[in-house]
Amino acid sequence: MSLERFLNQAVSSWMCAEGPDSDIVLSSRIRLARNFYEYPFPTLFSHEEAKKIILEMEEILKISPFQKFGQMELLKIDEIQPLQKRVLVEKHLISPHLAEDSPYGAILLTENEEVSIMINEEDHIRIQCLFPGLQLSEALDAANEIDDWLESNIQYAFDEKHGYLTSCPTNVGTGLRASVMMHLPGLMLTQQINRIIPAIHQLGLVVRGIYGEGSEALGNIFQISNQITLGKSEEDIGRDLMGVVSQLISQERSAREALRKTSNIQLEDRVFRSLGVLSNSRIIESKEAAKCLSDVRLGIDMGYINDMPKTILNELMILTQPGFLQQYAGGPLRPHERDIRRAALIRERLNLEKEKIGEE
Amino acid sequence: MICQECNQRPAALHFTKFINGEKTEVHLCEKCAQEKGEMFIFNGESGFAFNNLLAGLLNIDPSFKKPSQSPFHQEEVLQCDHCSMTFPQFLKVGRFGCAYCYETFKEQLKPVLGRLHSGNWAHNGKIPKRIGSGIYLRKQLDELKNALRDSIISEEFERAAEIRDKIRNLEKQLASSPEGGE
Ligand SMILES: [Zn+2]
Ligand SMILES: [Zn+2]
Repeated sequence: MSLERFLNQAVSSWMCAEGPDSDIVLSSRIRLARNFYEYPFPTLFSHEEAKKIILEMEEILKISPFQKFGQMELLKIDEIQPLQKRVLVEKHLISPHLAEDSPYGAILLTENEEVSIMINEEDHIRIQCLFPGLQLSEALDAANEIDDWLESNIQYAFDEKHGYLTSCPTNVGTGLRASVMMHLPGLMLTQQINRIIPAIHQLGLVVRGIYGEGSEALGNIFQISNQITLGKSEEDIGRDLMGVVSQLISQERSAREALRKTSNIQLEDRVFRSLGVLSNSRIIESKEAAKCLSDVRLGIDMGYINDMPKTILNELMILTQPGFLQQYAGGPLRPHERDIRRAALIRERLNLEKEKIGEE
Repeated sequence: MICQECNQRPAALHFTKFINGEKTEVHLCEKCAQEKGEMFIFNGESGFAFNNLLAGLLNIDPSFKKPSQSPFHQEEVLQCDHCSMTFPQFLKVGRFGCAYCYETFKEQLKPVLGRLHSGNWAHNGKIPKRIGSGIYLRKQLDELKNALRDSIISEEFERAAEIRDKIRNLEKQLASSPEGGE
């Protein structure tokens, strides 16, 4: 398959579209956890009950389809190829839990993949809206519309006191997890991040790296999300998160300006060295690729590099993960083969960009 | 990954600890985490980010662990009629069995929810329109009554009259709507 065709199939809208503040905020995500009243939660439900839930969802799709976000397609987990599952996980469309431990799970996907609904994961229903840039309230509105549509067809597990009832008590109430994915190289380079993360934790928000093992934030990409789901309204949860995110944005911007003032040539050197590595290496591990991609993206945002799209970081962070590399290669790869493939894919991708500019 | 404390069991808890701004990664099995008492510090103020610790967190709460002191209640185990989950089972797995568990365990749940949601234990957000029509109207009514009081205090009588009309309308609707829904 040609890289261009592969990209067209692989890249979802949130990865390639630019949104508000997308020099720092890569994407905004809303997740709503919902359950049917009459069925036991997925921890306890029987095979039969799980199947009935999927049937009910198929019925709803057939009888009262909701087209606003595009045609929805239902995929059953046990009918998806393992590699394809991995790719869906790497695109953040399904959780590892749904892919690995939910044999009776399913996923409802819209064409542009901005809206997806996981079925029979930890809860019966998890609505997810993933938008490019800083669009939390837009994503919340979209999630609410999907929720209203489902609610008009389903008797939800809800009580006045506890709100939406979820399998895990950490999600009860609103069932809402709002999160924002941010690229914070300035705060990393100026070492302010060590001071900022504990402060954010104190506000009841969670900060974690989304690529890499444990808490390592590969590519200087962090995810900030709410922890509390009970006792606050959806709007307040969103507003509290927005408050912290806008502060982080302005701190990141000042850090970048400070770097430009104090270490302009060093920064420029770092950016172009990383571009050199990405354009020329024949073997590259994910950690090094992430570091270089982050540098190059910073170089684009700060105007050192002018002939490359911003979304290259987003896109290549996703596409150079093992599942994607293997899908592109058309079969399983050993770790060392992946590093070779990764280097090749990045080189090809950068070349594609040069060709485009040549044509113009 | 193997637990860094005992070097035997697989690590179940992975978190980052900040000591004087220094980032340290910690990987522990459930047993060692309990023994080290690492888990109870989870209250949003310690600068810890965890995943997957709920079962352990709830397990070590002494008020749940000890059987009731009263000889009459010693054998009594709270159990959900619908899914048969018992309260000790819930504490062990950290997940409810079904929606009815919430009602069954509601008294025991309050402190648990309070701890997980920084003191909150009651919902204050969206209400599904269908099951919630009664609840929804009552909530709106409460808000309007507060607004009415405020507008009287601030002597905005025209606004107060508007709000009063809205309240009358709502009260009518509420009287004709079936309780809680369908
Ligand atoms: Zn251990
Ligand atoms: Zn139950």
